[in-house]
Amino acid sequence: METKIIEHSKAAELFIKDEKRTDWHNETLWFVREKRDKAAFQIPDWELLRETASQIKNNVLSNMHQYLIDFEANAKNNGIIVHWAADADEHNKIVHSIMEKHGVSQMVKSKSMLTEECHLNEYLTEKGIDVIDSDLGERIVQLRKEAPSHIVLPAIHLKKADVSETFHQFLGTEKGNNDPKYLTEAARHHLRDTFLTRKIALTGVNFAIAETGEFVVCTNEGNADMGVHLADVHIACMGFEKIIPQRKHLAVFLRLLARSATGQPITTYSSHFKKPGDGKEIHLVIVDNGRSTQLGREDFRSSLKCIRCGACMNTCPVYRRSGGHSYHNAVAGPIGSILAPNLDMAKNADLPFASTLCGSCTNVCPVKIDIHVQLYKWRQKLVKEGYAPKSKTLMMKGMSAVLSNPIIFNLAGKMGRFVLEKMPGLVSNGFNPWYKQREMPAPPEESFRAWYQKNSTASKDKNNEQ
Amino acid sequence: MSSKANILEKIKQNQPLSVSALPDLSFLGLENYENLDKYKTMLQSIGGDYVEVANYEAIIDFIKKNYNTEKRIITTLPELSQIAATDWANDDPHSLKNVELTIVKAHFGVAENGSLWVTDDLLGQRIAVFIPQYLAIVVKKDDMVTTMHQAYDRIGNQEYNFGTFIAGPSKTADIEQSLVLGAHGARGLIVFLMD
Repeated sequence: METKIIEHSKAAELFIKDEKRTDWHNETLWFVREKRDKAAFQIPDWELLRETASQIKNNVLSNMHQYLIDFEANAKNNGIIVHWAADADEHNKIVHSIMEKHGVSQMVKSKSMLTEECHLNEYLTEKGIDVIDSDLGERIVQLRKEAPSHIVLPAIHLKKADVSETFHQFLGTEKGNNDPKYLTEAARHHLRDTFLTRKIALTGVNFAIAETGEFVVCTNEGNADMGVHLADVHIACMGFEKIIPQRKHLAVFLRLLARSATGQPITTYSSHFKKPGDGKEIHLVIVDNGRSTQLGREDFRSSLKCIRCGACMNTCPVYRRSGGHSYHNAVAGPIGSILAPNLDMAKNADLPFASTLCGSCTNVCPVKIDIHVQLYKWRQKLVKEGYAPKSKTLMMKGMSAVLSNPIIFNLAGKMGRFVLEKMPGLVSNGFNPWYKQREMPAPPEESFRAWYQKNSTASKDKNNEQ
Repeated sequence: MSSKANILEKIKQNQPLSVSALPDLSFLGLENYENLDKYKTMLQSIGGDYVEVANYEAIIDFIKKNYNTEKRIITTLPELSQIAATDWANDDPHSLKNVELTIVKAHFGVAENGSLWVTDDLLGQRIAVFIPQYLAIVVKKDDMVTTMHQAYDRIGNQEYNFGTFIAGPSKTADIEQSLVLGAHGARGLIVFLMD
């Protein structure tokens, strides 16, 4: 989807035009955040669990090379066919070549953010392959020709009336029937036919275990399993950072994942794929696509610890009020904003600025990624390397001139107070970005400096009297 | 150089210089639940339900009363052959599309999240627990562990080709966060807790 990119702040501005809908979006995601809290509080050792997960992932980052070698060897022993892809293009070519080899032109897919990152659907569609996404949320946005707006809840930006309209158009459901149960049932029938007729099914990977060569896929709907167990060929795609050392470490991550994501104690299905069934094939595509570069960035490498739970999005005050699409990246929200600049600094320079740096993302992250610290560090790196948004650079230069010269600073303060008091229209207008959704403050009568000079003399005199 | 060699070389160069240690897991999972009680509560909270039974006769009675036995019922348990087919393991998986109810056995249940661990040697076919309209799983009351840590201790180095934790019926909340049971997998899960 190589459409023109709209900067985050501009896209957010469009999003919040509908105030009621913005409030609804904000509240819906906060509701998910609250469910996460309730689930987390039921585990007395939740913080120890997070710390443990973080340490396991640190170990993985520091021993990635060996774990990948071990994983590949064990997976091959299990009869899994392993492929390596340096970038998105090679990943897409590998997937397509497997389809060509089997002479198959239809695919059923379960959720994989990696394939979104690689734009696999567009690639395969151009090659004449019919791709159907089987996660309900993904199917909804696919029918609408949209991208998922959230990594766990792909259609969270839509209301049931929108879904009803889409299903009426494409699946022939009753017009105006907005009952989620009715709409889900329609999707169940529609996708059941798909599952029963596809020879190749593609899934993502949540965890890959170096010690055993198996991988785990988690879903609530059962769509990954419905697809692969009815197909002849299972293609699983993973970024290399999905590796964990041992089977027993799954306990830590499966306890954290669903609780952090949706507040469930575990997803409905946590399927462990170790060996293909009789007469079937499992292909595993291990993808780099910039990850090895990120691994070499000391300040940002811990972003590769992410297990894609989406908790940072649900809690983020900016994400909740700007929507996933405003991030123009497969992974939105705070974590997406520290992953995206690694892929393309010029294209994604706006994203680390789409944050208040409040730190809520860091507080809920199940693997303790210091997300808000990295957002701050990306800003500095982007400005230094000349990628910062123009308006920000100009303003910063102006600010630095004012702040570094006491005479100008003094004058600027006087001007500001004068303007706010006598000519408020000069700043309280649409040209001032700070005036949007805000009232300008009432100006103080004098500067702090003037106040201090007056009052400190007074108190000195008082002291002298004693 | 192949992509594999390139990727691995770049990872080797870029990964942190010293290996950070793996943490000790022995301080986790020390929750002190009454496993069976906790299991029942959790199962119901995720949309499943349970029936306590003394033997397979009780299961047969329950199924006769609560399911349409005219429809296709399959099982891997010979004890239930009176009410369910047992000769389907080698059939084309697609032929199971009209199954109303599948009944299988689980290795054990996990109290903290209401899930059950099953592997393909218990399933007949991998698809058998995903494709039916309804699913029933038999587990011994004694076969309960407290948390996922004990679950993986118990799994240990168990050999399987495919295994899955099943926690309740298939579900989705993708339409305006409204929970709907029966997305693509089973619409309902009943667990037979056996003495």
